Amino acid sequence: MKTGFSGFVGHAVKSVLTGNRTYTLWMFGLIVISLFGLNAFSRQIAYGLYTTGMGDEVSWGLYISNFAFLVGMAAAAVMMVIPAYIFKDEEIHKVVIFTELWAIAALIMCLLFITADIGRPDRLWHMIPVIGVFNWPMSLLTWDVLVLNGYLLLNLYVCGYVLYRQYNGQKLVARHYIPFVFLAIAWAPLIHTITAFLFQGLAARPFWHSGLIAPRFLASAFAAGPAFIILVFKLMEYFKCCKIHEGVIAKIRIIVTVSLLCNLLLVGSELFTELYSGSEHSIHLSFLLGFHGKSVLAPWMWSAIGLNIIAAIILLLPVRNNPIFLNVACLMILVGIWVEKGLGFVISGFIPTPLGDFVQYQPSFNELVVCFGILAFGLLVYTALLKVAVPIINRATLPQKE
Amino acid sequence: MSTEEKKNFEPTQGDQQEPVISRRYFLAGTACLSVATAVSLSPLLNAEEVPSGDEFIQKHYKELTVEDKKEIFARLEAQVKEKYGVAAKISDPQPIDDVEFAYVLNLGRCIGCRKCVYACMDENNQSRSPQKQYIRVLKMKQGTINLETSSHDYPEKEASSEDFFYMPVACQQCREPKCIEVCPVKATWKEKDGIVVVDYNWCIGCRYCEAACPYHARRFNFAKPQISAQELNPDMGYLSNRPRYMGVMEKCTFCLHKTRRGEYPACMEVCPTGSRQFGNLRDPESTVRKIIEQERVFVLKQEAGTLPKFYYTFAK
Repeated sequence: MKTGFSGFVGHAVKSVLTGNRTYTLWMFGLIVISLFGLNAFSRQIAYGLYTTGMGDEVSWGLYISNFAFLVGMAAAAVMMVIPAYIFKDEEIHKVVIFTELWAIAALIMCLLFITADIGRPDRLWHMIPVIGVFNWPMSLLTWDVLVLNGYLLLNLYVCGYVLYRQYNGQKLVARHYIPFVFLAIAWAPLIHTITAFLFQGLAARPFWHSGLIAPRFLASAFAAGPAFIILVFKLMEYFKCCKIHEGVIAKIRIIVTVSLLCNLLLVGSELFTELYSGSEHSIHLSFLLGFHGKSVLAPWMWSAIGLNIIAAIILLLPVRNNPIFLNVACLMILVGIWVEKGLGFVISGFIPTPLGDFVQYQPSFNELVVCFGILAFGLLVYTALLKVAVPIINRATLPQKE
Repeated sequence: MSTEEKKNFEPTQGDQQEPVISRRYFLAGTACLSVATAVSLSPLLNAEEVPSGDEFIQKHYKELTVEDKKEIFARLEAQVKEKYGVAAKISDPQPIDDVEFAYVLNLGRCIGCRKCVYACMDENNQSRSPQKQYIRVLKMKQGTINLETSSHDYPEKEASSEDFFYMPVACQQCREPKCIEVCPVKATWKEKDGIVVVDYNWCIGCRYCEAACPYHARRFNFAKPQISAQELNPDMGYLSNRPRYMGVMEKCTFCLHKTRRGEYPACMEVCPTGSRQFGNLRDPESTVRKIIEQERVFVLKQEAGTLPKFYYTFAK
């Protein structure tokens, strides 16, 4: 085995390019979907955002919805990093890197969704400080650019350092990476808070203009992110990639449960305030829930509320110990939070418009293909990262033999 | 390394032995992927708008020198000539000292005929397909100013009804515009005379300003703007009605290419009922100043805190 940097890169490339049939088919499928997405994106660049379902009334759609959701998924990695590094949970510590790698993949998807959303990607250089104009600190969008890229770099560094050292059989030097881990712990809630501020700071949109948005974003992210991680760990066990200690799943399950309950409380509090007061501003919510004429989103929103409540009930009952029930609950949370945050939160802010015009939003086919392409590409990146990391971590966590 | 260790090191995904990638498979795979990527990117060949090198590296409006501007205006005029066969003149009138523009609209008189909407389009070279309008006239029920019950797309025959009043809304040219705060690249700003403008060559098209505007005053070019040569107004302001690009924001500029030369905006000139008044807020003798001081006026959505310079009144 070759060591050093070239050995590490060689090993990484080789392990990504080889694998059993399931792996090959999975990667092949993801590449095909990604390429369809690239094709749809090229069409969007060629003919403009007219190819999407967006318009001057609903001017942000599925791209920003997915972005808001995935920022949360990236931030949620911190819920595994905290027990691993602050509470020194050894079992979680062994697998924590898989969640940090997920943060990298989620952030890449976030950046791609933003690129897909803007009208002139050729002018992105206008944002680069010094050569362009960077409206910091006034524009929350510039804050978001800073914190997202910063979080991406932090995770790339920590994961790269750990994997590189362990690949070469070297000991990890705490002062070389622990400070960055702690910085990342503080940074993770920041990325989602700032993404929430981007919306909640706008008085023009009463639906977003609530101090509860940032806490709601965090609570929902800390439910959906770890729920996804549970499913990933189960899949990794199913495909015999590595051994996940039973206690790990149980601990993550508790994190999911508490976060989900917090989220339900916050959503409930918001629903009460809006609907009980019945002020003019509650029109967004009552329209969203279908109380004010026909709303395309109403069935989605009710399903999301239903999914989250049923998942919470499953997680509170003893059936949660049944792996099938747990998997189903995790899946329900993932879908429920995606709908609540993406469709329910982002799109409803635009219906009605500030001048009271009710215009429905329906994503176009091309827009959907771009979304699926980006999601497939994110999973492709995550699978590739895991493919490199799993054997290295497996070797490093083996009991030492002489 | 011992065999045992080596075995543990290998990925434990089913296969006992890591398959070796043959050179042939690797090259074939790379070739396939390259071809597939190229095919995926092929729609770019039909792109409706490709920025030229000069356009791509063009700096922010405020960093342009007099020389730069001369060159850019000549380039734009040549582009208009080539595309529409029209000899356009691009001007860049600057704000006048001690002038701050304001608008007053008398809702007691407006009959909702939408002549202002179309005069605005004729003046400002908005896209006709899809159609972009800066002014939106809300048909409001008597007895309320609840925007949510207003009708935005009433048929023409429903104008001037006794049972309704009509409220035209366009950019309110706020003193505290949220749209300019949120712009990540400062592509939109407030000029000295209070007019909020957009640099069509600097906007990246994120539409954050559109989300931040409480008056739904901004318009985005989702498609390539289409306008015929006959419809094109050759009197063009660089920061107002010159042809726009796909994927950028635009908005009402109080017709600054006219108003900074002492003319009235198109919407006021066309209004058949005299509902509209426009002028210099800092001139104590101006009509707008007198109306604001002597009559009862209000601004739309005062609670948004944007301090509009567009006033409404219900006079006879």
